[in-house]
Amino acid sequence: MGSLQLKSIRKAFGDHEVLKGIDLEVNDGEFVIFVGPSGCGKSTLLRVIAGLEDATSGSVRIDGAEVINTPPAKRGIAMVFQSYALYPHLTVKDNMGLGLKQAGTDKAQIEARVAKASGMLSLDPYLARRPAELSGGQRQRVAIGRAIVREPKLFLFDEPLSNLDAALRVQTRLEIAGLHRRLKATMIYVTHDQVEAMTLADKIVVLNAGAVEQIGSPMDLYNKPANLFVAGFIGSPQMNFISSERLPELAQTGVKTIGIRPEHIALSRESGEWKSKVINAEHLGADTILYLETEVTGLLTVRLFGEHRYTADDIVFATPDRTSLHRFDANDRAML
Amino acid sequence: MSPVRTGFVHLALMAYTVIAIFPVFLTVINSFKDRNAIFRSPLQVPLPSTFSLIGYQTVLGQADFIHYFQNSFIVTVAAIVLVLLFGAMAAFALSEYRFRGNALMGLYMAIGIMIPIRLGTVAILQGMVATGLVNTLTALILVYTAQGIPLAIFILSEFMRGVSDDLKNAGRIDGLSEYAIFFRLVLPLVRPAMATVAVFTMIPIWNDLWFPLILAPSEATKTVTLGSQIFIGQFVTNWNAVLAALSLAILPILVLYVIFARQLIRGITAGAVK
Repeated sequence: MGSLQLKSIRKAFGDHEVLKGIDLEVNDGEFVIFVGPSGCGKSTLLRVIAGLEDATSGSVRIDGAEVINTPPAKRGIAMVFQSYALYPHLTVKDNMGLGLKQAGTDKAQIEARVAKASGMLSLDPYLARRPAELSGGQRQRVAIGRAIVREPKLFLFDEPLSNLDAALRVQTRLEIAGLHRRLKATMIYVTHDQVEAMTLADKIVVLNAGAVEQIGSPMDLYNKPANLFVAGFIGSPQMNFISSERLPELAQTGVKTIGIRPEHIALSRESGEWKSKVINAEHLGADTILYLETEVTGLLTVRLFGEHRYTADDIVFATPDRTSLHRFDANDRAML
Repeated sequence: MSPVRTGFVHLALMAYTVIAIFPVFLTVINSFKDRNAIFRSPLQVPLPSTFSLIGYQTVLGQADFIHYFQNSFIVTVAAIVLVLLFGAMAAFALSEYRFRGNALMGLYMAIGIMIPIRLGTVAILQGMVATGLVNTLTALILVYTAQGIPLAIFILSEFMRGVSDDLKNAGRIDGLSEYAIFFRLVLPLVRPAMATVAVFTMIPIWNDLWFPLILAPSEATKTVTLGSQIFIGQFVTNWNAVLAALSLAILPILVLYVIFARQLIRGITAGAVK
């Protein structure tokens, strides 16, 4: 229970158009992630879906029903905010129960649903505390609990992990993934972190400057980016882009830019296509990331799996995997 | 900071404190002296030989004086309540909602800080006469509310902009009405600012002589500051009574101040330290 259709959603603040006609279909039970750089309109789009922001034009349908004029509380949604947005004067239990109380749900049912959510998120010991007495991770779990208690058709997450430290972020990410499996609910999640997008999503929507660049599964976006922007945004470290003028032998007609992912370049000390000098080496244990200055292509990032004993100023030879090249035309569109 | 610098800072602060408190101190000590001692050695603290309660006896013997206090208190408290309520509501509207003319409206409200309300005294008096409000406390309350609201809006709207949007939006999703968001989420969070506004509003109201004299000079509606004037004559002034009345007038406002003070300090330093 919980599908969503967006039709040509536009939003302008004065003369500045933030969303330039967004169309999107989200099926029941899908985990959809909006990803893009800051200012691309992803949070505004989420707020339009939630009803916190009025779209300038367009249609929002939840379970087939037009909700563009429905207030947020009546849309059957729940939202988790980056800043947690817990009510400071209420206990954890009352924070989670407030939405139901406002909707006039009877007390026994509120109790039951709060108990269920708090059990799911291991919040039982904290029910009587106020938000100020909780750690950041606990606060975010309460915020998620507050969403679960409402049993919404749509869960909306607005960069929920951005305020957490790295270790807690991974842990909470796993919890959210587990939650999605258990609840089988439709979730829409906004983030600027492509790792979160790749790890959580069934479907990723890449936004840039108020327009959709590409919609697809994480592996679709990784393997078949539709344009230069998506190719550069998805994958870490970023894809190498080389002007075709520098590599005439790899370019076909019409190709302007060639993209090679750092993990699709082989390295050798003895021989290879591009002679290069190591500028910097990052040894991460599982990976080794090398930044090379090559004679032919300029700056190049290479990712090797495992440990390698390269250091700065080493002379190496890089060879691209020709089957994994990406080619882009003059309009930055991917060429097949 | 080096001890020397700290010392200088403390010296400056103490000098300022002395300057600020000295008139109050002078008023209070002289209110406990007899008439001759006030004039002969105004800077001396009351000695057993000069100690006298004649001023307080005169003031409290004047049966109406309790009544004057009551009038001042009613006017001040009612005006503070109205200023805080309407000021906060207007500030919320200006800071929370985008509507045409929002910035202009804010500016219009702020003009009240710059233009003294006393310039409009004649028109206000005419209005009060026309509505039959002359010689009522209502007249004073209305004028003081109008006088206090611009500053209240100015200060509170700044603070309300600082309240997290996410929190208000969470309330909207949970089905709270805009009024509930205002009263239950936003107001508690700007409480320190409210206390600041309350103090800045109440002191000029309590001390005001102008409007009570013009709008409500009747015996039944006299405020403390106006009531004290009966001891100041054209030829003879009962200084004992005047000083005693002023000393007494400090007390209620001191009580109100202490109530707000804890909140006030947080309000003044808000944003300065995280």
